[in-house]
Amino acid sequence: MFSGLKKDVSRFAMVILLGLFLTGCTLSNGAEQGRVSSGSQSSSQPAASPNSDMSNMKMPERLPSSETKVVRVNSVPNQVVIENFSFVPATLTVKAGTKVTWVNRDDVPHTATATDKRFNSKTLDTDDQFDFTFSEPGTYNYFCALHPKMTGQIIVK
Amino acid sequence: MSDEQKKDQDNQLERRSFLKCMAWAGAGVMWVMNAGVLSSCQLVPGYSRHKGVFSFVQISDSHIGFNKEPNQDVTKTFQEAVNKINALEDQPAFLIHTGDITHLSKPEQFDTAAQILKGAKTNQVYYVPGEHDVFTDDGKMYLERFGRGTQGNGWQSFDYKGVHFIGLINVLNLKQGTGTGLGGSGFGQLGQDQLAWLQKDVQALSSSTPIVVFAHIPLWTIYPEWGWGTDDSAQALSYLKRFGSITVLNGHIHQILQKVEGNVVFHTARSTAFPQPAPGTAPAPGPIKDVPADKLRSVLGLTDVSYVTNGSPLALTDSTLV
Repeated sequence: MFSGLKKDVSRFAMVILLGLFLTGCTLSNGAEQGRVSSGSQSSSQPAASPNSDMSNMKMPERLPSSETKVVRVNSVPNQVVIENFSFVPATLTVKAGTKVTWVNRDDVPHTATATDKRFNSKTLDTDDQFDFTFSEPGTYNYFCALHPKMTGQIIVK
Repeated sequence: MSDEQKKDQDNQLERRSFLKCMAWAGAGVMWVMNAGVLSSCQLVPGYSRHKGVFSFVQISDSHIGFNKEPNQDVTKTFQEAVNKINALEDQPAFLIHTGDITHLSKPEQFDTAAQILKGAKTNQVYYVPGEHDVFTDDGKMYLERFGRGTQGNGWQSFDYKGVHFIGLINVLNLKQGTGTGLGGSGFGQLGQDQLAWLQKDVQALSSSTPIVVFAHIPLWTIYPEWGWGTDDSAQALSYLKRFGSITVLNGHIHQILQKVEGNVVFHTARSTAFPQPAPGTAPAPGPIKDVPADKLRSVLGLTDVSYVTNGSPLALTDSTLV
């Protein structure tokens, strides 16, 4: 998964390990940090194992096997990058009247869909973009309609 | 013979057959349920699969329209899956496609999939949609094309030679997971209308009727962090718990996973398009990209299901495209 790292460095202003992530740590970030650092490689196994033995007959109960997590901060103003099944930044704060752009850098389609359906990008395939201008102050929650675990927030001041 | 003795004998047989399986090597994996225990065997070339009352084949996640690593020609691998089915000695009674027929719900992608399936020797295909088939228009196009004879938003049931089949839809109106990152479910959901229909659908059936349930997103919680589960699946299964044999077939996760819980056998099928990582082994559940071209067909495949005799569980045979 880290083979694309070089590319990411040029795309994003900062690429830092979660363990060094000092600013903007909310409670949930802290919890996630603890979880990731306690993860161990001991149970790692090749992905897409051919399921030819008995070990796959039980549910794997593993933590994510990667010990480090890359937190990316997007350098382009008023832009949310969709990558690795996340919105980056997850929370973007803009002034009223700002046009926000989403761009999908993943190799699977995603959407940016407002929880209240105020905006909906529809399908964003790889490298597709979507714009929405936020004229009213407020907090706008959105998610990916295909992968609803992916959530983000635009705060308009 | 006492029950204990019988059990011992069964165990010995099982051990023996297991060791034999260990020595086999081949293209497919066969799953057979025996006395509540799943065992797996590699298929040897020329192996004669279970001959039973009838069989059907599950195909899944053809993602027509996907064109990136590790598979830039998913139409071809889908066609190969259909060719493989057509080459079976005992033709399946029908096919079940457990969703993500297309990658982006585009009309031409639906057309391509339908065209390839027209080439199947069996002309009966049952469908349930995946989220990729419904997310642009809440499933309107899917229903127009594949929803004939279904109820509500596309759910359905039918009987075949004494087995009751139920196709459920758990990919509509997916709700946002709460919070960012971990937390919230973001799971599939069946919804109250469909659950009410299901309860009524099975009401008049005798408890000895074998049940096969098929749906896209797994009806058991596989990995909450990736939303691999269905919010209200427990309620659906509660309507089925009185039945002696329940087989649940799902797709969505592009790999084989199995679980047995009481009388319920849960099984997920491989994709015909691309593999996804085992739960938790990657930062995200996207396609595994670095599959060498000559290995691709060993991680794609289909599931053959045989109904052997009344009272025995269905035999599941997974095989790859090579």
